[in-house]
Amino acid sequence: MLRISSPLPGFGLGMGLLLAGLSLVVLLPLAALLGEGIAMGPAALAGHLASPRVLSALALSFRAALVASAFNLVFGLALAWVLTRYRFPGRRLIDAAVDLPFALPTAVAGIALTALYAPNGIFGQALAPLGITVAYTEIGIWLALVFVGLPFVVRTVQPVIDEIDRECEEASATLGASRARTLRRVVLPVLTPSLLTGFALALARSVGEFGSVIFIAGNLPGKTEIAPLLIVIRLEEYDYAGAAAIGLAMLGISFSMLLLINATQVWNRRRIGHV
Amino acid sequence: MTIAFLRNPATALAIVLAAGGAVTPTFALAETRLLNVSYDPTREFYRAYNELFAQWWEAQGHDPVTIEQSHGGSGAQARAVIDGLEAQVVTLALASDIDAIAQRSDVLPTDWQATLPHNSAPYTSTIVFLVREGNPKGIKDWQDLIGEGVQVITPNPKTSGGARWNFLAAWGWALKASQGDEDRARDYVTQLFKHVPVLDTGARGATTTFAKRGVGDVLLAWENEAFLALAEMGDDAFDIVVPSVSILAEPPVALVEGNIESDDQREVAQAYLEHLYSPEAQALALAHYYRAWDKSRATDEDIERFPDLELVTIADFGGWAEAQPRFFGDGGIFDQIYAD
Repeated sequence: MLRISSPLPGFGLGMGLLLAGLSLVVLLPLAALLGEGIAMGPAALAGHLASPRVLSALALSFRAALVASAFNLVFGLALAWVLTRYRFPGRRLIDAAVDLPFALPTAVAGIALTALYAPNGIFGQALAPLGITVAYTEIGIWLALVFVGLPFVVRTVQPVIDEIDRECEEASATLGASRARTLRRVVLPVLTPSLLTGFALALARSVGEFGSVIFIAGNLPGKTEIAPLLIVIRLEEYDYAGAAAIGLAMLGISFSMLLLINATQVWNRRRIGHV
Repeated sequence: MTIAFLRNPATALAIVLAAGGAVTPTFALAETRLLNVSYDPTREFYRAYNELFAQWWEAQGHDPVTIEQSHGGSGAQARAVIDGLEAQVVTLALASDIDAIAQRSDVLPTDWQATLPHNSAPYTSTIVFLVREGNPKGIKDWQDLIGEGVQVITPNPKTSGGARWNFLAAWGWALKASQGDEDRARDYVTQLFKHVPVLDTGARGATTTFAKRGVGDVLLAWENEAFLALAEMGDDAFDIVVPSVSILAEPPVALVEGNIESDDQREVAQAYLEHLYSPEAQALALAHYYRAWDKSRATDEDIERFPDLELVTIADFGGWAEAQPRFFGDGGIFDQIYAD
């Protein structure tokens, strides 16, 4: 029954490899984390999470990830649009540069951003007279997360923009719609599913980001200490339960957010119909 | 042809096993290996010492020894050993990290610190201030660190061994200055951390923030790290300020009994640690800006570098077994400072 007739053989082998690979790399570590949580029980779990320091670290991580991903949603869409729709010198170079955050070790990105935005860095010096400090503040964390999240939005939206039939836009224009209305009623609905996917990927990536953020965040408890750093600190204290509790909380919140985004996708698809 | 031959997985596996089997014993016979798991600022010292020891060991008529080094934050290194990193020798920033290994795994006896002279600390250091050239904020002692507009850089005591010594040195001074008033010591340290704009995770990170990023007016640093910063970045960029009171920082060493595989290896590991106390190794430690015990082979320059100052010791805090949970444990004094 499961066997879907396909001209290519190998369902059994393929499924076996899939399950084995997924278990080893994804499911078993997650199960170990969940097991740790079940072993300590809900009361102890809540006890580990209830401290102001843990709550503020979790709030900071998710707040910064949301801000950075929302920024990437707008900026990434604009970037993808320009890269797909227009031809200009240097386009391929910029297109290739978008992938850099994927390839660059995040620590390198963190150190580079810190060097630029520190009080004695080029941008840091320029911003200082305006009273803006970027490095070692929450703004620095946003910046690092924008960096790591950007390619997710651009790369998910780009192929969809490429697929849009320009005749639809032209038809909309000839029927008298303004540019804004065409964008809002014709272009954006087609892009929404990919934008949401890109947003979700960028969000998921930046919530857990550690390598680049610890260099540019001040790491002050209650102010600029992100949840992943607090996990490391708990481990340094040999407090494995405390570390697992924060890990589980992050997993739970991330999972709910991804669920919400997927539900929005389904709702959106029903509303607009098949596009 | 070879490829077709390797396509048979059973044959390929047999070849790999045979090759592995053939190679392993040859290595074991030819040389003894030693893994020294250490903390951050000892890179330069152990690079030199490993060379010194390997030469000395061969000159004694032994088979050659290969020494591998690993460096990182002291706490993280201790955790790696607990989680199974097969170090035969640990050389960490403070005794409580080696205590943690002894308590949480059975690779080390709990009385390890009594096995070598000077609490198993072949070299010591202390905590000093690194300030910008000319000392523009006029920093002379701990009291000046909480002055108006002064920014202090220190790593996070939760993740950094050096930062724990920083914290205790500050506490030690405040306690002396107030004739043993614990509340005033707590007030002072709380004030001090209000002047800290960045908490790096390790000593090297804090040095970078201060020296390369230009953040802060004072860096609380290992004395050896401060001298190294002067040597690396030129002494026209920074000055060292020695406070009236600091702490005797003892980075201890230990043999990890449970990770010893053979008698040969035990002999090398034991000699490796004992040789740290030899006059030539002590001279090497002095040249790498550590305060070592035996000055007989050191140059005058290396001896005269170190100023005299009043030093409290970890024993004044009841030893690490008491100080660690009280100051740096979950809900300890450091946590309370940030909870207020």
